[in-house]
Amino acid sequence: MSFKSPRIVITGVGLTAPNGNTLSEFRQNLLNGVGGIEKREIRYMGELLAGVCHYDALKYQTKKELRVGTRAGSISIYCAREAVADSKIDFANYPKDRIGIYVGTTEHGNVETENEVYAISKFNYDTKYWSHYHNPRTVSNNPAGEVSLNLGITGPAYTIGAACAAGNMGLIHAAQMLRLGEVDLAICGGVSESIHTFGIFAGFKSQNALASHPDPLKASRPFDKARNGIVISEGGALYTLERLDDAVARGAKIYGEIAGYCVNSDASDYVLPNPGRQAECVRKALSSAGMTPQDIHIVNTHATATPLGDIQECQAIGAVFADCPDTYINNTKSYIGHCMGAAGALELAGNLPSFDDLVVHPTINVDDLDPQCALPGLVINHPKKVGKVDAILNNSFGMLGINSTLIVKRFVA
Amino acid sequence: MTKDETKQVVLDIIADIAPDEDISNLKPDVRLRDQMQLDSMDFLDIVMELRKRHNIEVPEADYPQLASLDSCAEYLTPKFTALGK
Repeated sequence: MSFKSPRIVITGVGLTAPNGNTLSEFRQNLLNGVGGIEKREIRYMGELLAGVCHYDALKYQTKKELRVGTRAGSISIYCAREAVADSKIDFANYPKDRIGIYVGTTEHGNVETENEVYAISKFNYDTKYWSHYHNPRTVSNNPAGEVSLNLGITGPAYTIGAACAAGNMGLIHAAQMLRLGEVDLAICGGVSESIHTFGIFAGFKSQNALASHPDPLKASRPFDKARNGIVISEGGALYTLERLDDAVARGAKIYGEIAGYCVNSDASDYVLPNPGRQAECVRKALSSAGMTPQDIHIVNTHATATPLGDIQECQAIGAVFADCPDTYINNTKSYIGHCMGAAGALELAGNLPSFDDLVVHPTINVDDLDPQCALPGLVINHPKKVGKVDAILNNSFGMLGINSTLIVKRFVA
Repeated sequence: MTKDETKQVVLDIIADIAPDEDISNLKPDVRLRDQMQLDSMDFLDIVMELRKRHNIEVPEADYPQLASLDSCAEYLTPKFTALGK
């Protein structure tokens, strides 16, 4: 498998994370060790820890749009608008039927369904009080559809359901659609509204996979010996992707080039990862990029701080990058928790500036490194200035055994 | 309940479902749709809120009765009275 033309490049980034609402703010906080986890009241469960985004929702939506739409839709609109603005494309005059919107989601509809069930519980479960907005809010394409409505985009707009591999999948699918010539501009990535559903928290709690810590900012700690699970977060990161020729023709700023990718499946368990299949996913992505492991300078791990999952991913990465002294490994969830469908897209964004500043942001909250996670090249607690960053490999894995690896390389004309 | 009080009930609902609109100068005898951005889903919101807040049912055949504040008052006031309000 090898990658073919046309070349696909990233020309705009829009994001909201628990510790930043622009790429520059997000990046600065990653370099300064500033996380964004807080206490939050979760329906039926009480006070838990979560990553909450604090973007200005009214920047691009009316109050009525916010009332009618969903949180995932709102996050998508914010990120899409920010990405389009960042791309500096002449959006007003751009043919709207040539734009595609591809939004990765872990799940959609849990929040809205839980809210309606809760609402009718106040009316003795009489369904005549069930909202007429339930269906447009819960259809799987809702987050992408809200972007389409908000921006007047008439090209394809849909979501890609891929559990927590979805953020990468949004970009991968967009690159494929651009290569096929289906669209000329793609708005793509991933979003999550999962902190608004108690079901996700309760599910992880029942699985003994929900993090706890007296200090919220220390709760998400991949690779630390005392890690005890996931901090659930909301967030979003959407990019504008274009074919290289189009981007060059309009003089666009180019953040990086899609070098290669792979999506595969474990076919082994509902929830337990499979390091063999993860390593295979990484190797196939390298192959698709025409690269060797030595060509990768940053590996952003998926690690969510579960006791077993972190070790398994380290096994997979250790197997592939066994002899790579110039490959550095980091993790973003230690700052922002697990942004679910947004995770892959957000974590890539946090590393993209490394092409310019040659600094690898660390994984934080590692007080006592688990020897089973002690990969050579792991950047812990302090940023590392390195000699070269020409390629970033971004892992995102999800339940039902879906794995995604995306490689972005420095753009060289 | 007086007709003016009924109009205020409807205005309170409209204020919630159309929070971006200035409703201070709505003309009572002009169709609501001709004075503000209201679509069919918004009208369903008015119906739903009358049900939730005031236990008043508006059958679909009667939706045209909610066209203006005046027609709302004419149609809804007897319903409020029937409920002892």
